[in-house]
Amino acid sequence: MTKNCLLCGVGGQGTVLASKLIAFAAMEKGEQVRTSETIGMSQRGGCVVSHVRTGDNIQSPMLPKGSADVIIAFEPAEAVRNISYLKNDGVVIVNKKAVKPVTASLSGSDYDGREMLDYLKSVVKNLTVIDGDEICEKCGSPKVLNIALLAAAAKSGELGITVEELKSAIKKRIPQKFHDMNLKAVEIVTG
Amino acid sequence: MSVKFLMGNEAIALGAVHAGVNVVSGYPGTPSTEILETVAKNNDGSIYVEWSVNEKAALEVGAGAAYSGARSLVTMKQVGLNVASDPLMSLAYVGVKGGMVIVSADDPGPISSQTEQDTRHFARFSKLPVFDPSSPEEAYQMIQDAFEYSEKYSTPVLFRPTTRVCHGCASVEVADSYEKHIPEGFVKDTMRWVIFPRTSYLNHCKIEKRNPEMGDELSSYRFNFISGDKSASKGVVSHGISWAYTMEALGGNQCCKLMKISTPHPFPEKLALEFLQGLDEVVCIEELDPVIERELTYLCGKHNLNVKIHGKLDGYVQPAGENTVESVKNVLSGFLGIEAAENGAPKAPELPVRPPVLCAGCPHRASFYAVKQAAKGRKAVFCGDIGCYTLGNAQPLDMVDTCLCMGADVTIAQGIRRVEPDTLCFSFIGDSTFFASGITGVVNAVYNQTDITLIVLDNSTTAMTGHQPHPGTGVTMMGEVCQKVSIEKILKAIGLTSVETVDALDLKAGINAVKSAMDKKGVKAVIMKSPCIAVTKPAEQFKIDSEKCVNCKKCIRELGCPAIVLEDGKVKIEKSLCYGCGVCAQVCPCGAISR
Ligand SMILES: Cc1ncc(C[n+]2csc(CCOP(=O)(O)OP(=O)(O)O)c2C)c(N)n1
Ligand code: SF4
Ligand code: SF4
Ligand code: SF4
Repeated sequence: MTKNCLLCGVGGQGTVLASKLIAFAAMEKGEQVRTSETIGMSQRGGCVVSHVRTGDNIQSPMLPKGSADVIIAFEPAEAVRNISYLKNDGVVIVNKKAVKPVTASLSGSDYDGREMLDYLKSVVKNLTVIDGDEICEKCGSPKVLNIALLAAAAKSGELGITVEELKSAIKKRIPQKFHDMNLKAVEIVTG
Repeated sequence: MSVKFLMGNEAIALGAVHAGVNVVSGYPGTPSTEILETVAKNNDGSIYVEWSVNEKAALEVGAGAAYSGARSLVTMKQVGLNVASDPLMSLAYVGVKGGMVIVSADDPGPISSQTEQDTRHFARFSKLPVFDPSSPEEAYQMIQDAFEYSEKYSTPVLFRPTTRVCHGCASVEVADSYEKHIPEGFVKDTMRWVIFPRTSYLNHCKIEKRNPEMGDELSSYRFNFISGDKSASKGVVSHGISWAYTMEALGGNQCCKLMKISTPHPFPEKLALEFLQGLDEVVCIEELDPVIERELTYLCGKHNLNVKIHGKLDGYVQPAGENTVESVKNVLSGFLGIEAAENGAPKAPELPVRPPVLCAGCPHRASFYAVKQAAKGRKAVFCGDIGCYTLGNAQPLDMVDTCLCMGADVTIAQGIRRVEPDTLCFSFIGDSTFFASGITGVVNAVYNQTDITLIVLDNSTTAMTGHQPHPGTGVTMMGEVCQKVSIEKILKAIGLTSVETVDALDLKAGINAVKSAMDKKGVKAVIMKSPCIAVTKPAEQFKIDSEKCVNCKKCIRELGCPAIVLEDGKVKIEKSLCYGCGVCAQVCPCGAISR
């Protein structure tokens, strides 16, 4: 079975590690994986996207529009920017907090993500909004945002990776000293 | 064999290692950089790996190694091949002994490059074979084939992946063991290794004879093939990542004849003729330039075939930019009458634009700000260059008036100064760029006595491409600690009017240094030194004291640090982003920002 997942956010938010974990978890199950990353200029605070496709017979590393089972968005506007990738009844996991571009601060614009979340609520049936800040606070590190979002995606049942498989990927692929805080993030989201 | 999850660039690197590569040289450039880094990571010590000072040096190091019978790999991005083109053109005549593969990664879009140039033209221009992989799996195999062909024909071979192959990852089957290649050593032979008009004429004759033969051999190469419905009257040709998009777009519906071209030069004419047989119409799905399309059009003329060839030349396929599964679907739906891609997302609210910016705490921000303050009210031009510091062009800094190619900041400034003698001409150059191609430009200015002020942005790394070491950093890709090449000493030795080094994060010192330099005659340099945040530890964060802050927003208006944001109309420092550079504290007129 093919599963398509798109991760999107702002350069520096940790999308790449998240896409790698999905890939490793799928490979553990003997599935074929193709991914595509944004590397280069955009990593300096621009828009970044990772495509992750698992299953047999996948040709393109980038998923076609309208085919994402899950979109994992690290930032509300980035979810909206990529919404055309979502399939009809696809799942969107979005972090609540907006990352303000410098251009917005300069122009005094009040972009705070609320309008984006309202739009998502109106068009996505299967939407989960995650309060990343709160979870990071509880786990004591801003670095667990990606795991929190992944956990929510796993919980939705549409990622092709179960919560248990995610936990096992964390234990195998992330250095031991970070296990506790990341597993705690998974617990908070799925517990 | 075992299955590994590899990025295209990692697959290329492992393929080269498994082909027994002995010497690897290159210069960083997106999307090629991870190839050399992966060889370095997988080096048991038997492979020599270096970041060269630029692509020309890298190619020449690789050539010398291949003259000596070693297998060599040279890596760069496509514009790097422009820099390396002088040795490339001659080396194509001279040839090699050990296998030599030159990877030049193209960047359709472009996503992180100055141009959308197509390395396949360089192959034709230099008369060299070129391999064009479609996936990490193919890249792993094909780079090994490239070494075989190179050695068989004693010629360097080009290898041209594109961004989506380089930065795509896949489960790749790789060998567990491989044979090492033992170089014979350099054997003196003037007729062979010294290029002369007479030998060049003879070599040119040989190449013209070889290439059609090689084209015939490549007609049965495993990655050049015909598939699909062989009795169809319509044909589709593709290459590289566009082949993957084409397969995805067609799905199970392969109602046309298909051809994949993985060696666009020498063109596999025999295979193409077989493909054209019985067809009425063909569409070429290519990225960058219509290389295959021109070859097929030429073949139809040469063999008097009545086949209509569509592609970029007749507007069937977009002339520039990346292909996608959707764009290919659209082309094919018109051509084959299959269902078009639908796009029914409801209208979204206006999205914030999000151009890349200098990181919070980037020393370049402070340097640009200091020069801007020093030159305030004066007629000045700021010539920029390529690197993270190109981002100094964004508001509110707005300190990059020109940017062309690596090293051009110094020399463009000289040209402007010759036309506008009443303008202060500044040029900004990064440390890696300085070593790669800045030094000759500085010598040019000193020799010709052109009045410019050079600002060296020394952040102790090649940041834009992912933080590679360079001659000024004192470490090599073999992990050795070596003597740092001093930019200050080089500039002094060239004989500049003045050379001063300041801490980039000290605004006052920077402003004073620039002010005292900019009106002097001749070439003056201010080296602004402070490490990139990626190669140093964060300092204690800064906070805004809301008692003292008068909300004048000067910190936002003048610096544009992404860590300083507006929250409900009030200025705030975002804790998760501040790197503690302290520049905002020096700008605040009320002393409201402190640790
Ligand atoms: C001929 C050529 N080779 C390589 C590149 C890729 N490239 C872009 S910026 C850069 C170097 C940037 O390093 P530096 O000058 O130290 O500036 P920084 O990014 O550290 O600010 C390189 C190698 C290029 N654009 N052109
Ligand atoms: S100290 Fe000020 S300028 Fe520097 S990173 Fe923090 S907020 Fe930005
Ligand atoms: S990576 Fe380094 S040089 Fe580049 S913008 Fe960030 S801090 Fe500046
Ligand atoms: S410059 Fe100082 S006073 Fe003005 S808004 Fe910034 S912190 Fe407040």
